[in-house]
Amino acid sequence: MAQLSYLEAISDALRVAMGEDERVILLGEDIGVHGGAFKVTDGLLAEFGADRVIDTPICEEAIVGGAVGAAIVGMRPVCEMQFADFVACAFDQIVNVAGKLHYRLGVAVPIVVRLPSGGGFSGGPYHSQNPEAWFLHSPGLKVLAPSSAEDAKGLLLAAIADPNPVLFLEHKNLYRRVRGEVAEGSYETPFTARTVRDGDDLVVIAYGAMVHTALEAIEQLPDASIRLLDLRSLAPLDEDAILAAVRDCSKVVVVDEANYTCAMGAQVSSVIAERAFEWLEGPIVRVAAPDVPIPFAPALESAVLPSVERIRAACDELLAY
Amino acid sequence: MRVASNQAAPPNQPAESLSKDRRRSPAARSEPLAAERGAEPPYLDRDDRVALFRFMVLHRAIEERGVSLYKQGKVPGSFYDGRGQEATCVGAAFALGPADPVCPLIRDLGAHLVKGTSPRAVLAHYLGRPGGVSAAREGNVHFGDATLGVLGMVSMLPDMMPVAVGMAMAFKLRREARCSLALFGDGATSVGDWHEAMNFAAVQRVPAIFVLEHNGYAYSTPSSRQFVVDPVERAAAYGMLGVSVDGNDVEAVFDVVRQARERALAGGGPTLIAAHTMRMHGHGLHDDASYVPAEQLAEWAARDPIALQRARLVALGVDVETISASVTAEVDQATTEALAMPLPDPATATTGVFCDGEAIPMGLGLAPWSGFR
Ligand SMILES: Cc1ncc(C[n+]2csc(CCOP(=O)(O)OP(=O)(O)O)c2C)c(N)n1
Repeated sequence: MAQLSYLEAISDALRVAMGEDERVILLGEDIGVHGGAFKVTDGLLAEFGADRVIDTPICEEAIVGGAVGAAIVGMRPVCEMQFADFVACAFDQIVNVAGKLHYRLGVAVPIVVRLPSGGGFSGGPYHSQNPEAWFLHSPGLKVLAPSSAEDAKGLLLAAIADPNPVLFLEHKNLYRRVRGEVAEGSYETPFTARTVRDGDDLVVIAYGAMVHTALEAIEQLPDASIRLLDLRSLAPLDEDAILAAVRDCSKVVVVDEANYTCAMGAQVSSVIAERAFEWLEGPIVRVAAPDVPIPFAPALESAVLPSVERIRAACDELLAY
Repeated sequence: MRVASNQAAPPNQPAESLSKDRRRSPAARSEPLAAERGAEPPYLDRDDRVALFRFMVLHRAIEERGVSLYKQGKVPGSFYDGRGQEATCVGAAFALGPADPVCPLIRDLGAHLVKGTSPRAVLAHYLGRPGGVSAAREGNVHFGDATLGVLGMVSMLPDMMPVAVGMAMAFKLRREARCSLALFGDGATSVGDWHEAMNFAAVQRVPAIFVLEHNGYAYSTPSSRQFVVDPVERAAAYGMLGVSVDGNDVEAVFDVVRQARERALAGGGPTLIAAHTMRMHGHGLHDDASYVPAEQLAEWAARDPIALQRARLVALGVDVETISASVTAEVDQATTEALAMPLPDPATATTGVFCDGEAIPMGLGLAPWSGFR
C-alpha cells in the first residue's frame, strides 16, 4: 500500500480506470496539457492521449451534454468541472437530461461529473460552494462525497463502473491536506456510510471535509464517547447506518459545510425525526453554514464555515441536555 | 431549391481539401443538387421516392388520429404536431444509416417512423399505454425508441444538441463510420446550449449533422424577433458548412443530409442545414395561432410537402391512392390495437429511476434508403 494524498488517490483512480477500460474518457477545461486547475489529471494526457483526455472549450452544458451523448453510445465519460461552482452552468443537462433518461426512456447514462468543491481558503462566493443539495433533490442522480484518500479512490472507481449519472464531490480543502494508505490497482468502495470512530453517548453525522473538522472537535471532548459517522454517499443515503447510530447513541449532531436550508443535514434530520424519534434523548442538533454566499476575507469566511469550535460547542451542549 | 452558402466560397470543393485548413470557412457544397439538374435524383430510386411519400403520409395520418383521440379526451396532457414539416424530418432521417442516431424534435414524428418505430407504438405512447415507447412516462412529443437509435428529446431546447455532439465525438474517437443528427427549431437557436454545441462540434470536428427547422415561429414569436441574422449564416462563424434547403421538398432535404453525412464520415466535420418550412398548426392544440397571418398560411399551404411529392409520383405513374389507403388502414389497425392495450399499473410509477443492470447503448434502427442495401 502506498501513502497517497486525497488528490493523488483521485488521480490514481482515473489512471486505473483508464488503463482497465478504454471506454473511459475525460472531458474538461484545461485538463490535458495543464493537468487540470488542481492537477488531478496531471500526466494523463501523456499516458492516454488527446483522444481520451479531452480539453474542451468553456462550455459546461456541452461538456456534460457531450458526456451524456458519448455515454449512451457506449463510452464511460468522466467530466471535470473546474470548480464545483460552475456546475450551475451544467445544471440543466445533469438534472433534465442525464437524471431522467433512464426513467423516461430506459436509457442508462453512465457518466461521472467531478466537482472540486468546498471552502476554507478564501475562494470567495464562486470558488467555495458545496452544491450537493441542488442534485439531491433531483431524481436519477447519485451523489458521493468522500472524506479520505482511500474512499476517494474506491468511490470514484465505483462511480465510473456505475451505470447511472454520478456527481463526485471532491473537497478542495482535502486535496493535499489529507493523506492515507491507498491500495494499489482496482477496488470499489460501496455507496454506504462508514463509522470513523466508535462511541455511544452521541453521534456526529458528517461527510466530506466536515468529517475531519468533526473529528478534531470530538478529540477535544475525551470524556465523552462520541461516534463519528461519515456518510460517504449522499444519494443513495445509507439510512440504515444512520438509524443504527441513532439507536446506539440517542443524541445526534448533523454537520454540513453547505448552507443550512434544505441541505443534506436537513434530509438526515428528517429521516431521524420520522423513523428514530423514539430513540432520541434530545433534539437533533444541526451545524451548517448560514444561508449566505461564502465570503472571501478569512475573518468572514471562518465566521461562516462550521468550525471545530462550533461543532465542539454543539456536542457539549447536547451531551449536557 | 435554394442553396445558400454562408460565404462566397469556391463551389465543388471536395471535403478532403477542407480538412487541410479547418479554420477556413468551408465551401457551400460538393456537388450540384438533383433538383437543379432537373433530372431524376440519382440517389433515389422509384421505391425510395415512394417510401419518402409514404412516410410523410403516415406521419400526417398518425398525428391527425392523435388530434382526434385528443379531442375525444383519450390522449392526456397536451398535443403537439408537425403538420407542414413532414418533409424535413422524413427526408433527413431517410439519409441516415442504421447506426446513425437521430435526435428528433417535437414536430418530427416522421424521423421516428423512418427509423422503424411502429404506428402502434406511437399511438400507444400518445394514449399513455405502457406498451408505447416511454412506458407511459412521457407526453406525446418527448419520446424516442433508443433501441432503434432514436433519442427522445427533453423539453429544454435544444438540450439534444450537445448530446448529439457527444455521440458523434464517440464515433470519431472509435473510428466508426457513423454520424449523429439533431433537429431543432429556429427558436432553439437562441439558447446557449445551441452555441456551446455548435462551437464544440466544430472545434472537435465531429461527424454531426444539425438540422434547423426554420418554420417561421417559436410558439407565438416570429423569427424576426428571435434573431437578426439567419442562423445558417452563423455556421461560417463557427467554422462549419451552412446550407439552406427547401424544407418542404423531401428529396432536396434528403440530398443535403446525404451529402452532409458523406462529408461527416469523410472527416469533414459537422454541417448546419437550415430547412425552410412552416408550422401549419398552432404551437400545440391549445394554441389557435391567430398571430399567424392568413396569407402566410395560404402561401405555404400551396407548397404542401406531401402534395409536392405526390405530384412527382403521379408523374411517374405511381398509384398514390392505393398508398394513401394502405396508410389509413395501417393507422386504423394501430389505433384499435393501441386502445386495447392496458393502462399502466400505478405501482410502476416509482420504478426504474436508476439502471441496476448493464448500461445498454443505443441500438440500431432501420435504414430504408436503397443506398444502404
Ligand atoms: C429552454 C426552453 N425554454 C422554453 C421552452 C418552452 N417552449 C417549448 S417549445 C417553444 C417554442 C420552440 O420554438 P422553436 O424552437 O422554433 O421550435 P418549433 O416549435 O417552431 O418547432 C418554447 C418557447 C422550452 N421548451 N425550452
